[in-house]
Formats: sequence, structure tokens, C-alpha cells
Amino acid sequence: MMKNLQWRLILIAAVIGLSIWAFVPPEQKVKLGLDLKGGVHLVLRVKTDDALKVETDTTVDRLRDNLTRNGIAFSKLEASSPTDFRVDGLADDAAFRAQAADAESVYDRSSEAGGYSYRMKPNVANQLRDETVTQALETIERRVNELGVAEPIVARYGARDQILVQLPGVSDVRRAKDIIRSTARLELRLVDQGPFPSKEAALQAFNNTLPPDSELMPGKQEGSGAAGTAGSAYYVVKKVSAVAGNDLRNAQQSLDEFNRPAVHFTLKQDAAVRFGTFTESNIGRPMAIILDGRVMSVATIQGRITDSGQITGITREEMLDQVITLKSGALPASMDYLEERTVGPSLGQDSIRAGVTASLAGLALVVVFMIFYYKLTGLNAIVSIVVNLLILLGLMAAIPVTMTLPGVAGFILTIGMGVDSNVLIFERIKEELATARGARAAVNAGFDRVWWTIVDTHVSSLIAALLLLQFGTGPIRGFAVTLIIGLLSNVFTAVFVSRTMFEAVLARRQQAQTLSI
Amino acid sequence: MDIFHNTNYDFIRWRWHAIALSLVVILAGAGLMVTRGLPLGIDFSGGTSLVVRFSQPVTLDKVRDAIAPLGGEAVVQQFGDAADNRLLIRLPQQEGVEEGTALEQGSQRAEAALKSAGLPSFEVDNREIVGPVIGADLQRRGIYAVLTSLAAITIYIGFRFRFSFAVGAIVATLHDVLVTLAFLMFLKYDITLNVVAAILTITGYSVNDTIVIFDRVRENLRSRRRDPLSQVVNQSVNQTLGRTIITAGTTFLSVLALYLFGGEALEGFAFTMLVGVISGTYSTVFIASAIAIILSQTKGGGTGKAQAASAPSGETATERPGRKTRRARAS
Repeated sequence: MMKNLQWRLILIAAVIGLSIWAFVPPEQKVKLGLDLKGGVHLVLRVKTDDALKVETDTTVDRLRDNLTRNGIAFSKLEASSPTDFRVDGLADDAAFRAQAADAESVYDRSSEAGGYSYRMKPNVANQLRDETVTQALETIERRVNELGVAEPIVARYGARDQILVQLPGVSDVRRAKDIIRSTARLELRLVDQGPFPSKEAALQAFNNTLPPDSELMPGKQEGSGAAGTAGSAYYVVKKVSAVAGNDLRNAQQSLDEFNRPAVHFTLKQDAAVRFGTFTESNIGRPMAIILDGRVMSVATIQGRITDSGQITGITREEMLDQVITLKSGALPASMDYLEERTVGPSLGQDSIRAGVTASLAGLALVVVFMIFYYKLTGLNAIVSIVVNLLILLGLMAAIPVTMTLPGVAGFILTIGMGVDSNVLIFERIKEELATARGARAAVNAGFDRVWWTIVDTHVSSLIAALLLLQFGTGPIRGFAVTLIIGLLSNVFTAVFVSRTMFEAVLARRQQAQTLSI
Repeated sequence: MDIFHNTNYDFIRWRWHAIALSLVVILAGAGLMVTRGLPLGIDFSGGTSLVVRFSQPVTLDKVRDAIAPLGGEAVVQQFGDAADNRLLIRLPQQEGVEEGTALEQGSQRAEAALKSAGLPSFEVDNREIVGPVIGADLQRRGIYAVLTSLAAITIYIGFRFRFSFAVGAIVATLHDVLVTLAFLMFLKYDITLNVVAAILTITGYSVNDTIVIFDRVRENLRSRRRDPLSQVVNQSVNQTLGRTIITAGTTFLSVLALYLFGGEALEGFAFTMLVGVISGTYSTVFIASAIAIILSQTKGGGTGKAQAASAPSGETATERPGRKTRRARAS
């Protein structure tokens, strides 16, 4: 009996020691959420339709090429939505079907009056959407790392096309948001004509009908300063780009011939070969460097260019940001912000202070009450609450669980709700004492009979906490996890620790009839 | 020390009065919800909320005037201690605005308006912008979580006790959720994420007291089979009254500390918990057992004898450790 008690005391001491070791010093070991240390929380939606549209457009282009090359007549072939396209006016059905075989591995065909309509197979579309979100996620991760943020979080979130980005300690929210969202699609296209001062002027130059393979694109006034006073201008450029978004190998800070900021980029091997041929056959023609649908600069091709180029006419800030986004690669689809939460560091500090004050006040109120009501036995409860809080903090640091503002509330609730188990046990012991069977029997009966009540109450609280975990976003999850750990460790402290203390006290008294309760 | 020792209040006699009182509160809350609409915080409704810290004290009216040109029903109120010069500015979801870049327009325009209004310099301490997609998604998940929690707890209690007890416990818990919502309406608190978290916590906590009473009822039923169920229940409520009040009291104390010292950001949470804890105690004493009795009586054919009603739970009870020496006591 005594031996057993000793081991239990050693176990309790070890748990306390481990817990303290796990979270001390708390400033370093307890992770704080954005709402306490300050930072930005962003939720983005990836427009996965963009990626599907590219797939459909490419398929349509390829099919059109094949049909034309093989002399198969059709009156119309065009994409009708990101996942659909249709073809009309086919003269030779069998010949068309032979050409469309490729597309039919990805698209479901259905016959319609005068032609066929195609819709992307649902599993293909889903997979493509999924890949797009994964790619976007990876790209954002690279950009966030380039931003130099400590301990960022980039993760899938909520609905399937959403991404959560948390950047602790970031103060320039606008810049971070722009960098994350920039698609960073670099294109090199031939220029038909430009710059024009306005859209209208550009259209007029072409008698209001642009060549079918060209389009109008906004850009910077050539030669306007790097000081950010760029006037807007319009260019008529070819629709096809000599390089694609994923042809880029690297981007670096650099200077142009006038010592102004510039971004130097290099292309991958195969793209460089293509680009070499392209430039060679277009010597003397103007070429535009286009970033995210804006003409950055236009230069005349002087000779064969293979693997590198420069974006000029930008500010220093633009240069820094473009290096980050180009380096991290193009996004496979554009993105929207759905939610933004920014907490300044001073508010976080105040919240921590308030949380600590409230915790201490809550603990003090409960301690005073327990001593007042249960006298010496109240001390037993207080020790078990304090051990509960130590274990809670220790586990939070060890797992680790991020401490959020609602998490602080969970911490305080653990004080008030945890002590409930002690109260149930003590009240039962009081009842058992009234039957005058002696203190030891009363303690044993008290613990034994309340055990299942404690299990039931904890299970019902756990059910709610688990649903909270499932429902919640960042901060609320912090609360739920705090509550769950607090409830579990409470079973240990209110039953095991508290009972051990009772027995340690009673062990010294042989025929105890009374308890200070 | 002992409060509520050997009490013998006739709670069951007051059950219809209690049910009527609760219905009045709940219906008043529901009435406000219908007429005023549920005051959803921006977590759920979408919109923009800014906490702005000024370098010098400013009056709320000046700030209201400054952002008045933005239109919409902007809310400006003090945030936290007056000495901090922090104000909360809330702008509704802009009509017809698409998600995306436009999301931040409200906050940009508000900040620009404040800058140009000749107010003391300021910093934005907290900026929350929630688009309608996220808000709608959270609303759905919040309702789902509360309902699932209630259902799961009912099933658990039904499994551990008898069906009529499970219904009693869950009606009491639902009662607490509705009373809490009613008080949130009365005192014009917004339903924020934190408030929903508190309501979910209440669903798990409020049933605890009920479990304690039901445990006692089950115990007493085994030794007093001849007494009417209502008498056994009433006695059980009285026997456990002390711990019901004390456990609620300690939780109340800690939540009170949170309410008083936890800061502005947790005030809604703390208030919800305060109401929930009080309502939980009230419903445990007056509602849960009343419902259990009413259900047992209708099921048991009207006599309401403990004997008839105790049969279904007999087995689980004997499986419990420590039951062999069990002797019920009227303390």
C-alpha cells in the first residue's frame, strides 16, 4: 500500500516535471497564433476554371489545326465554356471522328443537331482542378519563403479550391497580398503596332478591325521614367507568346544600361532553343515583354537571342517584387481573396496581457472559493487544478498547439470546469462521511462512485469540443484543442492526482474519522 | 461548510411555471430575431471591421462624420479601454461587389476618409475583411456543428441512461442555447465565431449537471421502487443541489474573470458563457427532470411509479463499479 503510494507520487512528480520542462520558458516554447502575435491571415480562392479553360482552348486549337491540315470541312469549332466546346457543320463524319479521337480521351462527346458538343470528363476536370490548387499552393509557398516570413502557414482550407495563408509579423499587407496573388505570367510577343495613347487610337489605326491573331494590350508608355510616373499606353500585339509561363528558369535583380532597376531573366534549355529560332526569324521586328497581361517594355530584335532577357522601366520596388514572383513561377490560375484578417502587434500584446490577467483572476477567484468552502481539502483541489494547467501548457508546447485568443478562453474555462470534478468528488465524500464509516472509506467510496459520473460529463463535453474542432477555423480550433487537452488531463488530475493526495494525507493517520472538508 | 444541506424544495411542483418562464424568454428572443434579424458579426455576414488606434483621443461622432460619405450602415464604437484610444469601425458587406480585389475596397476607402478628415494620426491595429462566400460557408458549418453536437450528446446519454432522460437532457441543453441566444438579442451582442464557439461549449457543459442529477435518480430508483418517480426525482435534485450550484459557481467565477479582464475581443464569448452557465443550472433543476418525468409518465401509462420507469436502465446501472455496496441515502 505504502509502496504503491510512493510510486504514484513519483509518477505525478515526473508528469509535473516533464510538463514544466516542456513549456518553460513559455515565450520560446508556446506558439502564439496570429491574433496574439500579430500578422496577416488570408484565404484565397483559386479560380480553377482558368486552368480548365486553358486545357479546353488548347484542345480546340489542336483539333482545328488537325482538321484544317487534313482538309476536313467544318463550319464552326469553338469553346463554349471552360469545360465545353462544340463543332458544327461537319461534312465527313468518319474523318472528323478519327481526328477527334485524341480529344475524346479527355472529353465526353454528345451528338447534337448539326454537330457534336464535348464536355470535359468529370474525373479529368476534378483532377485538373485539384492539380491546379496544388500547384498554386506550391507557388505561394515559394513566394512566401522568398518574402522571408518566419513560420508561415500555407495550406488547403475549407472548400476544395481555397488556400489559407498565414504570415506572422508581416506589416506590409498590401505588398504581401500583391506578391501572393500576382500570376507572374511572363510572355514575349511580337508587336504589330504601338504604343497608342488610347484604345480608340489603336483601333483606328487598324480601321477598327484587329488582325485575327492579334489583340490589344495595355502597357507602359515606352521611356516613361522608372519613378512610377508611367503613363498608360496601348499596344497591338500577337496573341501567341514565344515563351510560356513555365519556360522561365530564373530571375535576378539587375540594372539596365542607364543604371536603372531591371529584372534579368533566363529561360530553360528547350525554351531557349525555341526562342533562338523565333528571334532569328524575326530580326528587325519589335517584341514586347509582357507580365500578367501588361506590356512592360518593347524592344526591336537586333539578332538571335537565346536564353535571357530583361524587364526594364520599372521601379526598385517593382523589381524586387517581380524577382520574387517570377522566380517562384507562374500561377496556374488567377486567385481571389475571400478573407483577410490583420492583427497589429500592439493589439496582440494587449490581448496577451488581458488573457494573463483574466487567467490569474479566474484562478484566484476559484482558489479563494475552494479554500473558503472546502478548507484544507480545498487545497487538494487547487493542487489538482494547477497540475492540470501545467500539463495543459506542457502538452500545448510539446504537440505543439498554437495558443490563440480563444485558446486563452479555453485555458480559463479549464480552471472553472476542471474544478467541477473535484467538487463532485468532495460532495460525495461529505455524504459518505455522514454515514460515519471513517474518512478512508468515505474517500474511497467518494472516488469510486463519482468515477462514472465524471466519465459521462467529460464525454459530453468532449463531444462538443470535437465538433468545435471540426467547425472551427484557426483561432477556434486553438480553443477546441485547449479544451480537449484540458478535459483529458483533468481526468488525470481530478481523479488520480487528487486521490493520491488524499491517500498520502490519510496514510499518516491510522484511524481517521474526520476530514477538513 | 455546507450550503443547501438537506434541502427539500418541491421543484417538481414548479415545473410548469418554470417551463412557462423559459418559453417567455425564448419567445421574446425569437420575436426579436424575427423583427430585428439575427445580428451576425462579420465572420458570418461578411463585411469589413477595423480597429483603429488614434494617437490622441477622438470623439466617436467625429469619426462617424468622417466615414459618413462612404454610405452604408457603418458602426463606430469604442474598443477596449478608453485610454487606449482604440475604435472599432464596422462596414457592411458592399452591395454588388465581387469577391477578389474589391474585397479590400471598403477598408481602403474608410482609411482614406479618416486620413483626410483632419483627425489625429492613427494606426490600424486590426483589419478583418470577410467575403460573402466564407461567411455563408461558416453559417452553414456553425448550425451543423451545434445540431450535431446536440444529437451526439443525446445519443450518448440515451446509451448511458434511458431514452426519456436523454430527451430531458437535450431539451434542457437546447433550452440553454435558445435562452443564451435570447439574451444575446436582448443585449445586442453580435453573433461572432467566438460566440458560436461559446454556444457549442455550452452544449457540452450544460448537460454535465443534468448527468449528475440523473445519476442520482438512477441510484435512488434502485432503492425506492415504491415511490412515485416525481418524488424520487425531486429528492435527487435536492440531494445534488449543492454540487449543482457549486460546480456552476466555480465555472461562473472563472468566466466572470474572463468577462471582466479578458479584453474586448473575448467579451462576447465570456458573456455567452455567463448566460449559458446560469441558464444551464436553472434548466438542470427545473427543466431537465421535469421533461424526464413528463415523458416517463406518458410512456409508463400514467402512474409514474418509479418501478415501471426504472426497468430499462437497470442493466447499465448494475455494471457500474462500486454498485454492490450501494445503499441509497436520504442525506
